[in-house]
Amino acid sequence: MARPATPARCIAITLALVALNAGLLAVRWHGRGAPAEGALRVGLVFDVGGRGDKSFNDAAYAGVARAQAELGIYAEFIEPGEGSDRESGIRLLAARGFDLVIGVGFIFSDDMIGVARDYPQVRFACVDYAKFDEHGFVLPPPNMVALKFREEEGSYLVGAVAALRSPARTVGFVGGMDIPLIRKFEAGYRAGVRRVCPDCRVLVAYAGTSSDAFKNPARGKELALAQYAAGADVVFHAAGSTGLGVFEAARERGRLAIGVDADQWDEAPGHLLTSMTKQVDVSVLETIRAVREGRFQGGLRVFGLREGGVDYVYDEPRRGMIPADVRAQVEALRAEIIAGRVRVPSTPAEVDPG
Amino acid sequence: MSASWLLGLGVTTLRLGVPYIMAALGGTVSERAGVINIALEGLLLLSALAAALGAPHGAAAAALAGLGAGLAAAAVFGLLTVLLRANQVVCGVAMFLLADGLSRFLLKVVYGSTSNSPRLGQLEGHWAPLFVTGALLAGLLLHGLLGATTFGLRLRAVGEHPAAARSLGVPVHRVRLLAVLLSGLLTSVGGIWLVFDQRQFVALMSGGRGFIALAAMIFGGWRPLGAVGAALLFALAEALAVRLQAQGLPLPNYAVQMLPCGLTLVALGLRGAMGTRGSRPPAALGQPLD
Repeated sequence: MARPATPARCIAITLALVALNAGLLAVRWHGRGAPAEGALRVGLVFDVGGRGDKSFNDAAYAGVARAQAELGIYAEFIEPGEGSDRESGIRLLAARGFDLVIGVGFIFSDDMIGVARDYPQVRFACVDYAKFDEHGFVLPPPNMVALKFREEEGSYLVGAVAALRSPARTVGFVGGMDIPLIRKFEAGYRAGVRRVCPDCRVLVAYAGTSSDAFKNPARGKELALAQYAAGADVVFHAAGSTGLGVFEAARERGRLAIGVDADQWDEAPGHLLTSMTKQVDVSVLETIRAVREGRFQGGLRVFGLREGGVDYVYDEPRRGMIPADVRAQVEALRAEIIAGRVRVPSTPAEVDPG
Repeated sequence: MSASWLLGLGVTTLRLGVPYIMAALGGTVSERAGVINIALEGLLLLSALAAALGAPHGAAAAALAGLGAGLAAAAVFGLLTVLLRANQVVCGVAMFLLADGLSRFLLKVVYGSTSNSPRLGQLEGHWAPLFVTGALLAGLLLHGLLGATTFGLRLRAVGEHPAAARSLGVPVHRVRLLAVLLSGLLTSVGGIWLVFDQRQFVALMSGGRGFIALAAMIFGGWRPLGAVGAALLFALAEALAVRLQAQGLPLPNYAVQMLPCGLTLVALGLRGAMGTRGSRPPAALGQPLD
């Protein structure tokens, strides 16, 4: 007969399971030997997902890797598990006197401001920084740069591509979590569609109102299936891995989809019209270069079309997705935006007043 | 709202309903035997991952791998809770945490990604009718099993009064273990469906469905057909939120997003108004027996 279930045994069993789990999620280090004398020391803390997310984290890594190759810097990377590991990751790098500490993702905004105030001699960079209080946007301290992107400008261009490739004059948008950042994608996309096709319909759907909405491919698939059923030829997603469900719907229905953040062609070859890309690698490399050349400036740094911070994928004739005349029209739009003749709205309300 | 729109809504409801139904049935069979099972979410996740890992050898191998993973995880859970009599809630949480960490770890090790597996072309095919029919049938079968067989009677007995059942010669531990194993098998079908539908594994793709299934189980009054009905109601609410958005209605998005929560509240309110009739939890729920 087994022994009675004392609280101590329950705790022991639970601790064993949790310890095993914690071991699997533990902070992992990737150092590259000792830094060379006088080399710039750069530390990067990944967002949840870490390397291999095929998105921001991989792009940020690519930026640092290029800096290692081209500028000869020394770099260390930290992949935090959950929550509080993130703050301790940046604090650890700052305490060790790194020249630049980079956090990937808006989720770092709060923590990084705090650490940046504690370590004024260290420079910080936060990708997709977004911190608001009751007075609105909070500017980062002088030793911290906020790397932001004009997602609406890239979305504007893919909106034009989508509308020009839609015989049914109907296109769709699937967002992840309903927040201002994702609304920027929607606003730019709708403005781009309207610009080249004023009477086209844009169907808009969001997967949810919590961060789980970025990790729900089954919901994303159903949202896209519903839009395809309502006549959409192309669906653009800004929904993290929920968007993988959008691609699966495109395959099932033989329709088209547009990827986001990175070139997502490999997820659904033949069904991806293009991808709206955020050049996180460019922004990271640019920041490292600025530190190295002694021209680092804290504050806001915005990467739009003009700065090469956002773009869309054009890989023709290999993929055969974007005809030359479409390309020409979209490139004309790009030139207008860069020249400042067109201002792309960043909230849906500006696209459809009232 | 045309007929084709309603048809589309129905199809979406059934597809979204499969994981809810299977996990709610899994929870029901376990809890009717007196074992609280909040590991459902973890079971969904683990069986989904196992199905993806088995997929390169064909759809059948994927399904078998998923079922096997569900069974194995349930065996561990049953060992801890039934034989070692550890606290069931604590073990359920630990199982979920383990599944969460293990699935991320294996995703990274096997596929070199923290986001998703590559596409599993071997899972091509129209699986929805099979899984939907299977889920509804599973509800009927479990209803029959619990209500009309000796094993079902024993299972309910050990959930209500295990000491009395034992005094009549029912092997309480064995019945409870079998119930937990069956729970793992049923729930794993939900995880397998997620992978067959998406044709790839995506980190955390269970998306809280195991927890919603727990609510469906309670709302269904710990009865198989009630669980199926409640799971379908939750799926209908989700399908409405999905389908209404595609209509381009001038509704504020938050109102549409609120629909599933609102419907759940109304349903639970009705349930509460009905009193405890038929919705009483098993009397020995959560109580291990020496």
